[in-house]
Amino acid sequence: MRPSEYFLAHIWLVPLFPLAASAVMLLFGRKLSNSLVSVFCVGSVALSLVYGFGAIFQLIARPAAERVVEFALFNWIPAGPMHTTSGHLVNFNAQWGFLFDPLTAVMVGIVTGVGFLIHVYSIGYMAHEGGYYRFFGYLNLFMFSMLTLVLANNILLMFVGWEGVGLCSYLLIGFYFLKKSAADAGKKAFIVNRIGDAGFLLGIFLLVGTLGTLNFSELRGAIVAGHFAVGDAALTAIALLLFAGATGKSAQIPLYVWLPDAMEGPTPVSALIHAATMVTAGVYMLVRTNAIFAMAPRALAVVAVVGAVTAIFAATMGVLQNDIKRVLAYSTISQLGYMFLACGVGAFSAGIFHLLTHAFFKGLLFLGAGSVIHAVSGEQDMQKMGALGGKIRTTYLTMLAATLAIAGIPPLAGFFSKDEILARAFRANHALWLVGWLTAGMTAFYMFRLLFLTFHGTSRVPHEVERHIHESPSNMTVPLIILAVLSIVGGWIGIGGRFERFLEPVTQSAPASTAGETPEAALMIASVAIALGGIGLAWFLYIKRTELPDKIAASFGGLYRLVYNKYYVDQIYDAMFVNRTKDLGLTLGAFDRTFIDGLGVDGTGWLTRATSVISIFWDKWIIDGIVNLVANVVRVLSIPVRWLQTGRVSSYAGFIVLGVLVLLGFYLHAAGYTLANLRP
Amino acid sequence: MLDRIVFDLFAGLAILSAILVVTRRNVIHSAIFLITALLATAGIFLQLHAEFLFIVQIILYVGGIMVLFVFVIMLVNLDVALHQMQFRRQWWVGLLLAIALGAETAAAIYIGRLGLPGPETAPPASVLEPNTEMVGHALFSAGGYMLPFEIASVLLLVAMIGAVVMAKRRT
Amino acid sequence: MIGTGHYLFLSLALFLIGVVGVVTRRNVIIILMSIELILNAVNINLVAFSRLVGSVEGQVFAIFIITDAAAEAAVGLGIIIAFFRNRETVLADEMDLLKW
Repeated sequence: MRPSEYFLAHIWLVPLFPLAASAVMLLFGRKLSNSLVSVFCVGSVALSLVYGFGAIFQLIARPAAERVVEFALFNWIPAGPMHTTSGHLVNFNAQWGFLFDPLTAVMVGIVTGVGFLIHVYSIGYMAHEGGYYRFFGYLNLFMFSMLTLVLANNILLMFVGWEGVGLCSYLLIGFYFLKKSAADAGKKAFIVNRIGDAGFLLGIFLLVGTLGTLNFSELRGAIVAGHFAVGDAALTAIALLLFAGATGKSAQIPLYVWLPDAMEGPTPVSALIHAATMVTAGVYMLVRTNAIFAMAPRALAVVAVVGAVTAIFAATMGVLQNDIKRVLAYSTISQLGYMFLACGVGAFSAGIFHLLTHAFFKGLLFLGAGSVIHAVSGEQDMQKMGALGGKIRTTYLTMLAATLAIAGIPPLAGFFSKDEILARAFRANHALWLVGWLTAGMTAFYMFRLLFLTFHGTSRVPHEVERHIHESPSNMTVPLIILAVLSIVGGWIGIGGRFERFLEPVTQSAPASTAGETPEAALMIASVAIALGGIGLAWFLYIKRTELPDKIAASFGGLYRLVYNKYYVDQIYDAMFVNRTKDLGLTLGAFDRTFIDGLGVDGTGWLTRATSVISIFWDKWIIDGIVNLVANVVRVLSIPVRWLQTGRVSSYAGFIVLGVLVLLGFYLHAAGYTLANLRP
Repeated sequence: MLDRIVFDLFAGLAILSAILVVTRRNVIHSAIFLITALLATAGIFLQLHAEFLFIVQIILYVGGIMVLFVFVIMLVNLDVALHQMQFRRQWWVGLLLAIALGAETAAAIYIGRLGLPGPETAPPASVLEPNTEMVGHALFSAGGYMLPFEIASVLLLVAMIGAVVMAKRRT
Repeated sequence: MIGTGHYLFLSLALFLIGVVGVVTRRNVIIILMSIELILNAVNINLVAFSRLVGSVEGQVFAIFIITDAAAEAAVGLGIIIAFFRNRETVLADEMDLLKW
């Protein structure tokens, strides 16, 4: 690297600034004042922003062919020879390494840029909350994890960041941990994520076994060296497993259920983590490993279908929600579906483009919603809002910009990215395009429903709250304004395929879209038309004839209830998985109590007592018995001796006579007077 | 012939009296029968031409020892003893022992009867005449039993002192 | 003629009766009397052999025995009186102070 590339050489500092601030917060944060905390944490992100953008500019300064910087900080898992499944001998190692190429540049830009704005916003939003230092500590820890994720040069290090953001998501969703619903939401997020991560890990293992390397830059080479055919079973399996991890992190079917509940966290958290950055990690991962996906068309088909179905499914649920943040949550799921649809049809750069624009307008929408909630003293139900447009003008105008962007109205950002995806989808499969097109209409509808219910119409705000309606302070409104500007102009970066060319070294796909410009015009008109149609319908139902929504709901009672209750998916999951796991736990607990405690512990106790009974028996009857036996033997032996000691003279005389008898007999015998001589 | 009758008479009297001594309940009766037994024994002595011993037996044994016995019997309270059990519980043990001893001795005598001096080989009775002088000679001559005689006197002295000490009341 | 056996068996009979008396009777005075019987039996034996052998030593021995019997009777009766003063009994069974 040339000496002028200071920022590129020091890219490893970018994650470290927030890590240092987070460490300080979590060790000493309690004793620091709010302003000191703000300086530390927002300052560290500001430094990351400076270094990050510095690196981006220095990368762009390089010629297109040289736009990749890769170096390792240290050797994490040392090299070792291993055989892949195809019999090749490779030298496997995993480093703590950094890769900075165009894709990384985009991601770093989003993470540091939007992250910085949200940090500034949080100073105002969280000013009156308890645990100020804790919030910023976790938020900075998140920044470290996310930056590690995007800067990693191998899947293993990316997984470290992946897990780190999952952890921070849990910590921040459950920030208000005293509230049970918040704590439960945090657990749900972490557990559902974990299910996806299991697939991700299996994919990593299979990847190591099949290709022998985890480094992104070596993937294409390894595939070529392994002489894999397109549609190879192992590669398809790897792709599907990696996608499973992505569904967890990026809230696709079937692992999306945590994202609506994650709205329990503070609004800046929802904005940063669940709109702009963390949830996009799945898309990023897919694009990074696009070499594998390119070799597995069936996996890509699965990705596209899942993305499309998720998009329309989430959109239907978003139509009926009344909580302002829930609508945005379902909207996020839906937009992520668009990104996966893009990847699924091979338009990886289109997916990243939509990721970029989505970060702008969705982040803005969440921050704006936070500003609205702040204005109405914490109320989140849109049915209790209305006619706020005149009272909080800045918030209203910025949210209007964001809503127009997400609806896909040109020339705002969302139009360009969404249109790119729909065009590529049309080229791949008309059915996919249809689903995407209908979803676009529904998106426009429910987003403008949100806008009208909140800022227009008659005021349904309770009297007490109405008196306190006020605009947010400048540290909250300035980020809104900046993001609004980006939502408006951010899409122009993709005009003429410039964005796609920028990412070409990574995606290996030339902007073939330049070829078919003309049919694209018809598609563009179609998308704008349906978007306007959605806006019109929303205006009709929520401005003109406000009594209609309720009537429609009443007449479609069953269907309304089904969608309003989110198709009872949460309840189904509960019955199928959650309660079954709890049952397993109870069974194991009962087993533990009966066998381990009963037989094991209590049994051991019983056994000890039984042994002691035997021991007592032995001691009492046998040991003591022997002692008593000895005494009794002595007693019995003494009986004849006792006879001699009667104390009576006559007995002694008798014994004397007996003695005489014996002695006489002895002497007579000795003298020859035996019984034999008795014959006459 | 006369010998025979005299012997049988005295022997029978002696044995009978002896049995009665051992079996009487009243102690005085036993004493009286002992006297008769001793007198019968004296008669046997006479028949054996031991005149001195005959007189000594009567004077000493009967006249001395038995008188002493009778005195003591009267000193001791015998009314109580009269009603108590006279023989020991296991009297048959004593009887058995005596019979055994008797059988053993009788067998020994029978086996060795040929070695015993008989009346045929006996010198005539005139060898022991005059009896008293001969006993006196044997007792008092230096080649005789002078020393045992003196020791016997000491024995009598000791016995006398002992008896007095024993029976003395402690004041 | 009266043979040696006659005298021997007479002596033996008296001796045995005396033994029975010593071992069997409870009254200690009668036990002493039985002892006198035994001594007499011995005397008869000695005197018989003195006549049959023709020596006067047997009779001398018998005199000694009589002397001894006298002494022994005197001391024995003295003991009986002393004991009777203490224990009020003349039964040998009750004179069992040597018994544990």
